[in-house]
Amino acid sequence: MLEVRNLVKRYGTHLVLDGVDLDVAEHEVVVLIGSSGSGKSTLLKCVNLLEEIDDGRIVLDGADISDPRTNPDHARRGMGIVFQAFNLFPHLNVLDNVMLAPKVVHKVPERQARDRAMELLAKVGLAEKAKAYPDRLSGGQQQRVAIARALAYEPKLLLLDEITSALDPELVGEVLTLVRELAASGTTLLMATHEMGFAKQVADRVCFLDGGALIESGPPSQILEAPEHPRTQQFLSRIIQAGRL
Amino acid sequence: MSAPSQLQLERLAYKRSRAQKSTVVALASTVVFAVAAWLTITNAPGWPRVQASFFDWETAKKSLPALLDGLWLNVRVLVVCGVLILVIGLAIAAVRTLRGPVWFPLRALAIAYVDLFRGLPLIICLYLIGFGLPGLRLSGIPNDPVVLGSIALVLVYSAYVAEVFRAGIESVHPSQLASARSLGLTHSQTMRIVVLPQAVRRVLPPLLNDFVAFQKDCGLISVLGAVDAVRAAQIESATSYNFTPYVVAGLLFVLLAVPSSRLADWVSRRAARRQNAGGPGA
Repeated sequence: MLEVRNLVKRYGTHLVLDGVDLDVAEHEVVVLIGSSGSGKSTLLKCVNLLEEIDDGRIVLDGADISDPRTNPDHARRGMGIVFQAFNLFPHLNVLDNVMLAPKVVHKVPERQARDRAMELLAKVGLAEKAKAYPDRLSGGQQQRVAIARALAYEPKLLLLDEITSALDPELVGEVLTLVRELAASGTTLLMATHEMGFAKQVADRVCFLDGGALIESGPPSQILEAPEHPRTQQFLSRIIQAGRL
Repeated sequence: MSAPSQLQLERLAYKRSRAQKSTVVALASTVVFAVAAWLTITNAPGWPRVQASFFDWETAKKSLPALLDGLWLNVRVLVVCGVLILVIGLAIAAVRTLRGPVWFPLRALAIAYVDLFRGLPLIICLYLIGFGLPGLRLSGIPNDPVVLGSIALVLVYSAYVAEVFRAGIESVHPSQLASARSLGLTHSQTMRIVVLPQAVRRVLPPLLNDFVAFQKDCGLISVLGAVDAVRAAQIESATSYNFTPYVVAGLLFVLLAVPSSRLADWVSRRAARRQNAGGPGA
């Protein structure tokens, strides 16, 4: 589904991604872990073509989307992404947020787009909030709407960039429950998170990034319980000390 | 809800008495200040002459119809130019956000335009357009001072308003753009559907502030000979040898500005409330 080869990204002289190789198969749930600044978010933004890459290749469904000749607007339509915060458009109500891309980008007829949007809102448990504006929703509800919006045009791959990091602790659960359901229903997911317990339950594969390099990857039981690389061990021991695993 | 405790009742009584005291003090200080100012001015050695030549009731009454006629012209100029300024200002701001080498000439032009007309004093622009443009003697160039004055006003104020809009566009959080682009929207769709509606809402208070400034600057078209309120005052005072018509015209402009000022206040208060209610996720 997704193949990332030797991905390099620099901000000025600072090397953010140092030759990352990563594969995501269809229906697979891949979780990126690592400390802040390790390059998780940048990797997701590069995959979504929101950042220009400095070397390497990104292949989605057999097509090299990092080729400058491909139209990034077209390539992005195969993916959905949800960020930490500021996802929803505050001047549009929940329903219009979800309907926007199908209507404007995919030219789905109004009626059909509305039905599909309501279906998705029901799926994320917010059908009764369809006419509400984002500022009337809690952070957790906003993120659930953002996920519904990203699913509205049936992306092959869903990218989640620390979607619970800006939430109050008691709101994290409802968002993670939704992600768990998506994973169970076979959605292909690539997500960055600090929720190690969640990664352990849901991930098919966990990848540890450090200093812009992919240090170690494997099933969660291996990476989170018996990591081989000393830097992974160090990272996890700090997490355990903080009581987060 | 239970009844307030004795403690709370005492506190409320204390707060009430304090509020009453503040009102009395405010009233007293206002009266003292007004009386002092009034006495200072009316006891000035030149006051009788100033009163006769600036505040003459009969002249004021006599000049009012002509001044109102002039003000009606100002209002029409205000409305027509106001709309043009909004459209042109927004277009320039949008041009400045275009990315890519193809748009470089347009972008450079927009920057040059804003630099030029933001720096150029309005009065000089009025002279250049009002007297220079018809001086070219090209066919099709209007020589009505109202039209020429309006062109100058639109040129200068569009530059200000373009900068206000641009600030608004740049204040929209980058994640909003990224979200829109990630949904597959093109640059122009992102601008039209996501960025501009938010930007316009945010810049409404500063825009209204510029509108209040623009209201009185409309009076400057009088330097080209357009018979607006200011020019009418000049004509009236030239026939009566009295400056009262200028004072009346000034008051008319103030009255015109009061509703817009209150509207601006109300809009900024509402905008501030909204932003606070939005929180980090909104």
